[in-house]
Amino acid sequence: MQITVNNQVHNIDVEPNMPLLWAIREIIGLTGTKYGCGIAQCGACTVYMNGEPVRSCSIPVSAVGSMKITTIEALSPDNTHPVQKAWIALDVPQCGYCQSGQVMAAAALLKRIPKPTDADIDNAMSNICRCGTYQKIRDGIHVASGQKKLADVLAQYEASPQTRG
Amino acid sequence: MKTTQIENAGRRRFIIDTSVLGGGLMLGLGSVPMDALAQKNPAYNQNSIMNAADPEVNAWVNIKPDETVIIRFVRSEMGQGTRTGLAQLVAEELECDWKKVITESPTPGQSVARKRVWGEMGTFGSRGIRISEDYVRRGAAAARMMLMQAAANEWNVPVGELTVNKGVITHAKSGKKTTYGKVSEAAAKVTPPDPKSITLKDPRTWKVAGQPYARLDTADKVNGKKVFGADLQLPGMLCAAVKACPVFGGKIVSYDESKVKNLRGVKGVVKVNDGTVAVVADTWWRAKTALEALPIVWDEGKGANTSSSDIEKMLRSGLDENGDFWQRKEGDALGAIQNAPKKIEATYYTPYRSHANMEPMNATVRITADRAEAWVPTQNGEASHAALSEAAGLPLNQCEVFKLDPGTGLGRRGGTQEYVTYAVAIAKQFPGVPVKMMWSREEDMTHDYYHPIAMAKMTAGMDANGNITGMHIKVAGQSINATVSPMAIKNNKDVRQLQGLYEEPGDAQLGYKFPSLLTEYVMKNTHVPVGPWRGVNTNQNGIFMECFMNECAVTAGKDPLAYRQALMQNHPKHLAVLNAAAKKANWGSPLPTGVHRGIAQFMGYASYSACVAELSVSGNIVKIRRLTFALNTGHVVNPWLVREQIEGSVVMALGAIFNPEITVENGRIKQTNFDSYPLLRLASTPKIESVLVPTYDFWGGVGEPTICVVGPAIINAISTALGRPMRNFPLYKENLSLA
Repeated sequence: MQITVNNQVHNIDVEPNMPLLWAIREIIGLTGTKYGCGIAQCGACTVYMNGEPVRSCSIPVSAVGSMKITTIEALSPDNTHPVQKAWIALDVPQCGYCQSGQVMAAAALLKRIPKPTDADIDNAMSNICRCGTYQKIRDGIHVASGQKKLADVLAQYEASPQTRG
Repeated sequence: MKTTQIENAGRRRFIIDTSVLGGGLMLGLGSVPMDALAQKNPAYNQNSIMNAADPEVNAWVNIKPDETVIIRFVRSEMGQGTRTGLAQLVAEELECDWKKVITESPTPGQSVARKRVWGEMGTFGSRGIRISEDYVRRGAAAARMMLMQAAANEWNVPVGELTVNKGVITHAKSGKKTTYGKVSEAAAKVTPPDPKSITLKDPRTWKVAGQPYARLDTADKVNGKKVFGADLQLPGMLCAAVKACPVFGGKIVSYDESKVKNLRGVKGVVKVNDGTVAVVADTWWRAKTALEALPIVWDEGKGANTSSSDIEKMLRSGLDENGDFWQRKEGDALGAIQNAPKKIEATYYTPYRSHANMEPMNATVRITADRAEAWVPTQNGEASHAALSEAAGLPLNQCEVFKLDPGTGLGRRGGTQEYVTYAVAIAKQFPGVPVKMMWSREEDMTHDYYHPIAMAKMTAGMDANGNITGMHIKVAGQSINATVSPMAIKNNKDVRQLQGLYEEPGDAQLGYKFPSLLTEYVMKNTHVPVGPWRGVNTNQNGIFMECFMNECAVTAGKDPLAYRQALMQNHPKHLAVLNAAAKKANWGSPLPTGVHRGIAQFMGYASYSACVAELSVSGNIVKIRRLTFALNTGHVVNPWLVREQIEGSVVMALGAIFNPEITVENGRIKQTNFDSYPLLRLASTPKIESVLVPTYDFWGGVGEPTICVVGPAIINAISTALGRPMRNFPLYKENLSLA
């Protein structure tokens, strides 16, 4: 079958019930999209289907059809998406394992709601982070959306752009 | 023969022959070859692995001609920021340019070959920085002195006339300047100073350390480039999925390989050990799918008769047992309680918890006749190396471990290395082929080394003025050491289980002085394996002590802060942190109607923590408005990282206090995934504020100390709000959930 991932068409010979996650990771070889639970609970496997965030562990690859898949690897060519910039500026990730999914979920939220409220963030960001980076994720979304200045968020943590090395 | 004991999984310990360790020396420096395969494969994140053939100033520092400063890092980085923090300490003493710093990790094999010049690798117990800070800083200072000497030699001037700033060496008299990159080759030939002769900087004068610097390794965590063990792709690699008997201790009777061997991609079925089977396939999903289709007959063994209700009964009976259980006996606490005009008693319960690391357990192994290699997300590279060596039946110098930054560890990937042993057993059946073994989420959750279950009966005698006359703390619960290091248990007494209640200062000292005190631990082990889980035994002991202190204050009709302060006069560091948290949270200031505060303090991992919670309870919904922390870690290497660890510990603790726990049914773990064992999510995470109050006179841990005060502060606030004590956890048992 054919699937389109990051604007590249891939001819893949796989079982139709193979979850999209595993086709992306093991057949196409893009490992930025993570396995966390396999039951659409944790969101580590978040990718876009025609621009909408989905949990790829629970979608059979045969259901993708002509829909376009976007993975974390194609969010930006060089870490320049506003979410990525905010994530780096605030060191949102700790271990980083869930962050592909967090970044994808946050970027999808900002596309849908450019200036999300805290309640919007609560509703949209259901991905699990075991390190507990949620406060920084919230900060990061506010910075990425331009609703908070980076310097102000840093100041909350008694830091400034100058003291971040 | 000199021997070293290393904890290993499977309730065993084994002995490493250190003459083998020393034997590596005969091969000479850099004789352990880098894995050719790893170097060639672009998908393998080798950037952080040291090349043994590289030049260096000394073991800790390699400065390239282009001025790149490569700092060697042997602890594990699993999100806690130790890589960045230790690099800051090195850069501080080295006086290099922070903008030029990167890190790389010597492998366990390289370490063996050089008489463990980098020290131990274990990264647990909040010790990544505090245990290695001294020799790491001395190594960096020695490198600086050698670089300066090399410049002095070149210019033929006394080294005392030179100054250095950000890697630029200046001789003011002659106006000459050079750089670390230019003199590093010559510096390597300078006789190193005796590390013990080096005077380290006063931490109060730090310029690089002590700053809230950004992490060195964030960029690849936001674009999918960072390679975790689960992501490893090696040429020709096969993948394995594993299933152990659902009941701990059970065994395989039989399995029918014929049902799966013709499924697509399947390469074989492997009996890993008496109780574990694996399917190997070309991809992991195919291995897992085939494993689910494999008919297996189990002999579930004795454990199948045990359920959570049996375990709870056993713990409860332990609280009523009389015997030689004491650990602290100061005065006659039992007599004081008996003679007191008022007696207060409370029994608390804390459950099993799973680590639930986001990256499931995995290891990749390749075995040939004379060499074994493993790629392991590990909290202890040396323990992985030892497990690899033992399982492969090859000496350490024929084994190598490539560490990968784990997708959290939380205590699961340190002392317990059975996952490496499993991967070796599987890879042995495919000589020369790298096999990536990964557990499904279900396997990971049902075969953990769980946070131990515990109960406590707390009893206090109180005089007419509300003052405690005697305190009796009796804990019954499962012992971690009984699972992972039985040799640490002496005369059936396991000191570790009463972590946080110790008399001795320095590590996990109880912050109160009672007129009389008796602490007891009644060991009640089960067939469920237990292990260290972030915060370890401070989690339940913090709840027992600090919730009971609140109950005592309520009974005495006193303010819980003032009540504690009166008992803490002999423990000024504990007291100062408690006061700092209270001040930051405006303890005592008026609150809106329906909003209540709770407070707690405790000590673990050589650091002092306190928390104030501010919340409301509406119906059965708890809404936390604010959590305020104070923390004294002695020194602060990177305040940004410290605050992040506080935030992380809050999320882990909150989930543990509110969300459903791990239970046992017919010998097996009932919860299998995040639907039945939910973890805290962003929407339930309150605002977290922290105040760091270092006293610059000790080195305390960071990753774990604050986790144990989160629960009691919140529980105490809820108890105040509802006017009744909470004693059964998680709090859904009290019909409470988090907003």
